[in-house]
Amino acid sequence: MDDLLWARWLFGTSLAFHIVFAAVGVAMPLMMVVAEWRWRRTGDPAWGEVARRWAKGTAILFAVGAVSGTVISFELGLLWPAFMRFAGAIIGMPFSLEGFAFFTEAIFLGIYLYGWERVSPRLHLASGLAVALSGAASAFFVTLANGWMNRPSGFAMAAGLAREVDPLAAMFSPGWAEQVLHVLLSCYAATGFAVAGIHAFFLRREPANRFHLRALSAALAVGGAAALLQPLSGDFSARLVAREQPVKLAALEGQFATERGAPLRIGGLPDAEARRTRWALEIPHGLSLLAFHDPGAEVKGLEAFPRDEWPDPVKVHLAFQVMVGAGTAMALVALWGLALAWRRREVPAGRRYLLAVVLCAPLGFAALEAGWLVTEWGRQPFAVQGVLRTAESVTTVRGLAAPFWLFTALYLFLGAVTAALLWRQILHAPRGEEVPR
Amino acid sequence: MTPAEILGAAMLGALVLYALLGGADYGGGIWDLLASGPRAREQRALVERAIGPIWEANHVWLVLVVVVLFTGFPAAFAAISTRLFVPLTLLLLGIVLRGAAFTFRTYDTPRDEVQRRWGLVFSGSSLLAPMMLGVVVGTIASGGRGSFSAFSLLTGLFAAGLFAFLAAAYLAVEAEGELREDFRRRAIAAGAAVFLLAAATAAASAREAPLVFRGLTGRAFSLPLHLATGAAALLAFAALFRRRVRLARLAAAAQVALIVVGWGASQHPFLVVPDLTLESASAPRNVQVLLAWALGAGAVVVFPCLYLLFRVFKGERPFSAIDRARDGP
Ligand code: HDD
Ligand code: HEM
Ligand code: HEM
Repeated sequence: MDDLLWARWLFGTSLAFHIVFAAVGVAMPLMMVVAEWRWRRTGDPAWGEVARRWAKGTAILFAVGAVSGTVISFELGLLWPAFMRFAGAIIGMPFSLEGFAFFTEAIFLGIYLYGWERVSPRLHLASGLAVALSGAASAFFVTLANGWMNRPSGFAMAAGLAREVDPLAAMFSPGWAEQVLHVLLSCYAATGFAVAGIHAFFLRREPANRFHLRALSAALAVGGAAALLQPLSGDFSARLVAREQPVKLAALEGQFATERGAPLRIGGLPDAEARRTRWALEIPHGLSLLAFHDPGAEVKGLEAFPRDEWPDPVKVHLAFQVMVGAGTAMALVALWGLALAWRRREVPAGRRYLLAVVLCAPLGFAALEAGWLVTEWGRQPFAVQGVLRTAESVTTVRGLAAPFWLFTALYLFLGAVTAALLWRQILHAPRGEEVPR
Repeated sequence: MTPAEILGAAMLGALVLYALLGGADYGGGIWDLLASGPRAREQRALVERAIGPIWEANHVWLVLVVVVLFTGFPAAFAAISTRLFVPLTLLLLGIVLRGAAFTFRTYDTPRDEVQRRWGLVFSGSSLLAPMMLGVVVGTIASGGRGSFSAFSLLTGLFAAGLFAFLAAAYLAVEAEGELREDFRRRAIAAGAAVFLLAAATAAASAREAPLVFRGLTGRAFSLPLHLATGAAALLAFAALFRRRVRLARLAAAAQVALIVVGWGASQHPFLVVPDLTLESASAPRNVQVLLAWALGAGAVVVFPCLYLLFRVFKGERPFSAIDRARDGP
């Protein structure tokens, strides 16, 4: 493999690793705050127990998130110096503001985790809220930076250099709101469902455990609400892509020919040589309808673009199917849960429903990773859509296989230890009779 | 001041704070590695208590320097990342292992051998990270392209020694009784080591880093800056000998701050010696102006929050230099 490929693998692996902890860092504090707030309001110590145990897990995940994020901030320069020389001034602003969000996040997390006995209940709860808000703010800012790479704006090109840079216009590139919404929801949906799945698993063994019941209800409330909204937000995102990155849309959908009334393809395998997508379930006019809200609208196919500007339609299409499939399943389970809760006026905890929640536990993170791959692969061969190619961005340093293996081994190690420590915490969750009353 | 100078000063300020706060956290890790004597266990426990709630916040100063550098001076960021690929990668390795192992140790089983294993990773990486940080600084300042010269390696050792000295001075304030004596003695020993390393680094700079040497000796501000640094060092020693630990902490912090400022001043106006200056590496002016305002606004939010953090975990007078009777052993 050449160094460009190693650089892409290293960067992609680092982000795929970081994003898991980042998503947890966005959503978990909110869930902790909900649990602590219920505890302070109702005096039910089971809620307090939920908040404390979640906080312990979050401490581990947050530390790994912070160090892996630091790696990425350096890797921007280590791997893509030409990209940063070009883009640093244009999109540095959201990264800089993100820096302040990191500060408030880390400060108040310190107070939250170590301050149970040191600060007043009010300040403690407020610190939790500050962590939740700062986490969302970090995701907000970093997504703005990514949005600019998809839909560059706020500068003019002259002789290969950016002129007339307007950092605010670059920060709020067209469609920023759609993307930010989708990313934030994905953090809550993925984390909420993963946590709900764990507690549902234990509830199937011990149905009346009040600790797990409380935890399930808070996790499902956060995760379910986000999962219900996610398809709607995904529709906004898809229409944004259709408008701003037609070549990405074509790859997403395995659409080769430009046509009116294009079908929606579910599943299937694009074949770039034969220029068609085989074995897909086709819903007539579906794509035109979804992407442009008009069954007869024209959808540009990959063939409308030069061959050397195509992303790989196989990878992009398949990743997109994974995301949408997982998202649909989660939304249906959330809807089912809502109906059950509505009828019985309590957390849905029947065995069949719990099983569905357990099965959905990994789907949120699968969708989140797949969605990012759609975005990043779908933008290739460009680092900045239509402006700067990935191949032009890469460093001149050779031998990038070494850092790739170094960091991959490091991530595997950190991932395994984190999983083992969390697993042990989970096994020590209170049994029915141990839950304080 | 031009916007570029304001941002340069802000980065230097953030680096000073990183050295004073994040640097001391690394130093704490080094004392974990060197814990010894009948109170080795208590020494480690104190280090863990002292840095647990604050290290993540302290670490953000470094992230801030990185983002300000690539926003305000993208060409310098690109050049540094390319030229210093190897030490920066090792620095990252140290940063990741330090933070992760520290947290894993806190939440893993309290069994001795498990704790010792994590402790070893934590303390070893606490030594690796400042060493690499020093190598990076040494290489940037000397205009080196490859990395590891004798000068840059000495700078690395110097940085590690300095952080250990700082940490011992801080820990002496937070400890009590015999434990305070342990760290007071360690601070004195580390201070002596810092002195020797400083001399060796200066000597190496005369041979391998003429630009640094000239910056250190030949500028108008060189002499007053050296005098002030020396005075802070002497004060720190005197206070340590007289068991005025809070005063010693302040003097040690002043010494470290002056050293970082001295480095910045000696290479001014270069960001990356010998080819990139504050001016030539600058992003467009309007970007820098906006960034400076953003930093100002951020500071208004962050400093009060930081004060709160230290107030909660470091007692009522977190930064005071006055030793009261009840602080004494
Ligand atoms: C829990 C995670 C999750 C779930 C359930 C979904 N998504 Fe998603 N999706 C993401 C997580 C995600 C993401 C990881 O957050 C992405 C990557 C980049 C981005 O902006 O969001 C994303 C990107 C993304 C894009 C590309 C945006 C771009 O490249 O600019 C589209 C078109 C969709 N999504 C559409 C959908 C649809 C129609 C869904 C229907 C159910 C859906 N997503 C569910
Ligand atoms: C893909 C989208 C991303 C999201 C949603 C995200 C979000 C977050 C969040 C919520 C945190 C703090 C919580 C935690 O540690 O778990 C965090 C940490 C961090 N992230 Fe990311 N991030 C993303 C990508 C990036 C990128 C591209 C960079 C590179 C600049 C980056 C740099 C960092 C850094 C430096 C930290 C550590 C901050 C600290 O020391 O506390 N992140 N990220
Ligand atoms: C967790 C989510 C993300 C994943 C999994 C991811 C994955 C990837 C992958 C795999 C590549 C290499 C392209 C390829 O191999 O085809 C890439 C490129 C890149 N991504 Fe992402 N990415 C994520 C989020 C982000 C975010 C939030 C940012 C910035 C704010 C970002 C910035 C970049 C940059 C700068 C490149 C390289 C561009 C260049 O080629 O110069 N990514 N990403």
